Amino acid sequence: MSKSIKTILGVMLMCVSISALSSVGVKLDTANTDISDNNSLQNGAKLFMNYCSGCHSLSFMRYNRLAEDLNIPKEDVVTNLMFNAEKIGDTINATMPTEGANKWFGGTPPDLSLVARYKGVDWIYTYLRSFYPDDSRPYGVNNHVFQNVSMPDILLELKRTTPKDEFNSKVRDIVNFLDYVGEPAKLVRSAIGTKVLAFLLLLLVLAYLLKKEYWKDVKYGKWRAKD
Amino acid sequence: MNKNKNWIDQRFPLTKVWNEHLAEYYTPRNFNFWYFFGSLALLVLVLQLVTGIFLTMHYKPDTATAFASVEYIMRDVNWGWLIRYMHSTGASAFFIVIYLHMYRGLLYGSYKAPRELIWILGMVIYIALMAEAFMGYVLPWGQMSYWGAQVIISLFGSIPFIGPDLLIWILGDYAVGDPALNRFFSLHVIALPLILVVLVFLHIVALHTVGSNNPDGVEIKENKDEGGIPKDGIPFHPYYTVKDIVGVVVFLMLFSAVLFYAPALNGYFLEAANFVEANPLKTPEHIAPLWYLTPFYTILRAIPPILGSQFPGVLAMFAALLILVVLPWLDRSKVKSIRYRSWPYKVALGVFVLSFVFLGWLGMKPVISPEWYVSLAGSIGMEIETALYLILARFFSFCYFGFFVFMPWFTSIGQTKQVPSRLTE
Amino acid sequence: MSEQEIDLKRRRLLTGATSVVGAIGVGGVAWPFLSSWSPSARAKAAGAPIDVDISKLENGQLVRVLWRKKPVWIFKRDEQTISNLSALEGELDDPNGTGNSKTQQPPYITESHRSIRPEVAVIVGVCTHLGCSPTYRPEVGAADLGGERWKGGFYCPCHGSKFDLAGRVYSGAPAPTNLVIPPYSFISDTLIRVGVQPDAA
Repeated sequence: MSKSIKTILGVMLMCVSISALSSVGVKLDTANTDISDNNSLQNGAKLFMNYCSGCHSLSFMRYNRLAEDLNIPKEDVVTNLMFNAEKIGDTINATMPTEGANKWFGGTPPDLSLVARYKGVDWIYTYLRSFYPDDSRPYGVNNHVFQNVSMPDILLELKRTTPKDEFNSKVRDIVNFLDYVGEPAKLVRSAIGTKVLAFLLLLLVLAYLLKKEYWKDVKYGKWRAKD
Repeated sequence: MNKNKNWIDQRFPLTKVWNEHLAEYYTPRNFNFWYFFGSLALLVLVLQLVTGIFLTMHYKPDTATAFASVEYIMRDVNWGWLIRYMHSTGASAFFIVIYLHMYRGLLYGSYKAPRELIWILGMVIYIALMAEAFMGYVLPWGQMSYWGAQVIISLFGSIPFIGPDLLIWILGDYAVGDPALNRFFSLHVIALPLILVVLVFLHIVALHTVGSNNPDGVEIKENKDEGGIPKDGIPFHPYYTVKDIVGVVVFLMLFSAVLFYAPALNGYFLEAANFVEANPLKTPEHIAPLWYLTPFYTILRAIPPILGSQFPGVLAMFAALLILVVLPWLDRSKVKSIRYRSWPYKVALGVFVLSFVFLGWLGMKPVISPEWYVSLAGSIGMEIETALYLILARFFSFCYFGFFVFMPWFTSIGQTKQVPSRLTE
Repeated sequence: MSEQEIDLKRRRLLTGATSVVGAIGVGGVAWPFLSSWSPSARAKAAGAPIDVDISKLENGQLVRVLWRKKPVWIFKRDEQTISNLSALEGELDDPNGTGNSKTQQPPYITESHRSIRPEVAVIVGVCTHLGCSPTYRPEVGAADLGGERWKGGFYCPCHGSKFDLAGRVYSGAPAPTNLVIPPYSFISDTLIRVGVQPDAA
């Protein structure tokens, strides 16, 4: 009995989420993020912890990894960024309890660990800057990129008080940070790749010379002249 | 050293095996670019086995923890991201290498007598590899894993009479869930790799029994010197070992370039939607299998339901795979290599390759027509009854099957060139 | 046309160079795989230092806490127990921790009670023989453990190793060394942090 009710509720939820996802035809702005820009990442982390971590978790990201990767001293992380955890090895949780979320927003705000990987940086960058007033919505705002989203415009105050360029650059920092969070290995992998390719190039030169040397036998028809 | 060798040789045919398969395995001296892909396929197989073994040490085959365990590998395990990317890039690399390897077979008629069994074993490897890849893609338990599994497994449900029961039996449940994930895991990490290794072994044994074909399609064993050694043959080792090393290094450079600079390769190797955990309540907006399965997926979609059943489409898809197996008997040409074939075969092969590529491309497209097509059709007042991609899918499916169906005909017409008795330079 | 002679020297040199560079490559690839076996970030986070409140701990009472997946004993010793410790030396294998057992305790732990504060003992409860966790047997004169001579300590049920109340191993036991003293420090009078040594806290 309760199972069938759950199923019905599930289907209804699905319909709601499909209608919520109807976002076809919006042109996305280019985020132009640069994951090698450490200042931008640090600033993004700070902004994320201040504006987003109240509701959104980064459940795959650990504070100490953040400290190491973004060159933030551990003490600073503990005092300035760790609002929702006890230990530096913990993952980043949202401040808001899940029950509260269900009551206030009708669902748990999504975990953002991988948002940059499935939505892309351009989408997040455009989305965060595309809120507009709409009195029919519970929080008085709607979004061009994500129609009828249940999230309030959390950056509204920041948008009002900062010049446009500066605001965009702050949003870009948040997006850059989320891009890093989506794949922390991104910070190192291309640098390692360059070294690997350089090594393989050396090996290629040697292997090619070796091949040429041996194939002289075939060229001069004397391969059986083995020592 | 020699003493140790003797000790072993009295108990195990080490020197004999070494000689028969490497130092005195005589190979045509005119292998070209296309002949790198056999050894590369072996390399990728080893790479997948090793990285797979290490991933299995950290992965959890449980719907509650599978997705998180992959992210655990990507973040918390030392170098886990590298091992995982090696495995995911390796999966696509495997198919690239295999497709080029198969194309080589078509180019130079390597499937023709006396190498029919090598070809058949190769086809079985290919089909096993597809099953292996499909089940592997389910394991990360993302949205594409889940819905991909849902779609592919549903195919079995369309089989008349037994379908619905078979479906439930395969899943061990009423939908894709924990039992399916667990059995796919078992098949992916143990059963299929074991089968693949045995098949590859047999493939190589069969090859070394008849000897390699070559770009001229000339049998080098028909011209031997007084010592019984093919005049156009050279020992595999050292000549082709040193040559294959060059191929391996070039391959590794391309592989590393993808792995380190663009491991998702714009969604072709790792789909964005698979970074969302599986959710049975919400199908992603656009679902497609990974690129290496798309040609067959398109053939499936091209066939309309007949008598309310999707089964004909499923049959067509499996027929598209199985028809490759009988290729040696469809080709009636006396000539093996493309170099000496008549022009109808060259045209047919070109059409076949093109249609395979287009089928693959179409498999990644959504079902709906692109906007330009809709507006174009509207402007000339044409009724759009069938979507553009469906028309194309049917056309190229026809070309695909046509290659096989008409092969007995187009391989027996046209003027072939004189095949030389010895290898050309 | 002159036939080219095979330059064996060059051939050997190239074979050698390619093999060496190739072997370095194989080693380089092996490293990430081997490294993936060492503790992950999650295991390290789970093995982080833990704080233990000892304000309610009474003399003779022992609490077991888990640190890095191993039992750590924290117990209080009265003055009689502490003075017994120095009297035991003749029966112990390495009473001062200067012999076999030198690496079983941090360098700043030197006295016979093997602790920062004599009355509070912090010991990793894993037998140094084969890894069982010994039983706490504080009762002096236990008949089954040597009667009169037993001044309280730990008895390993697996192979019979005996340790005193400072975790020092009795002579003749299968265990080769004293029990391990983990790094720990006092955050306050009643709060112990296991896993961090005093100066770093």
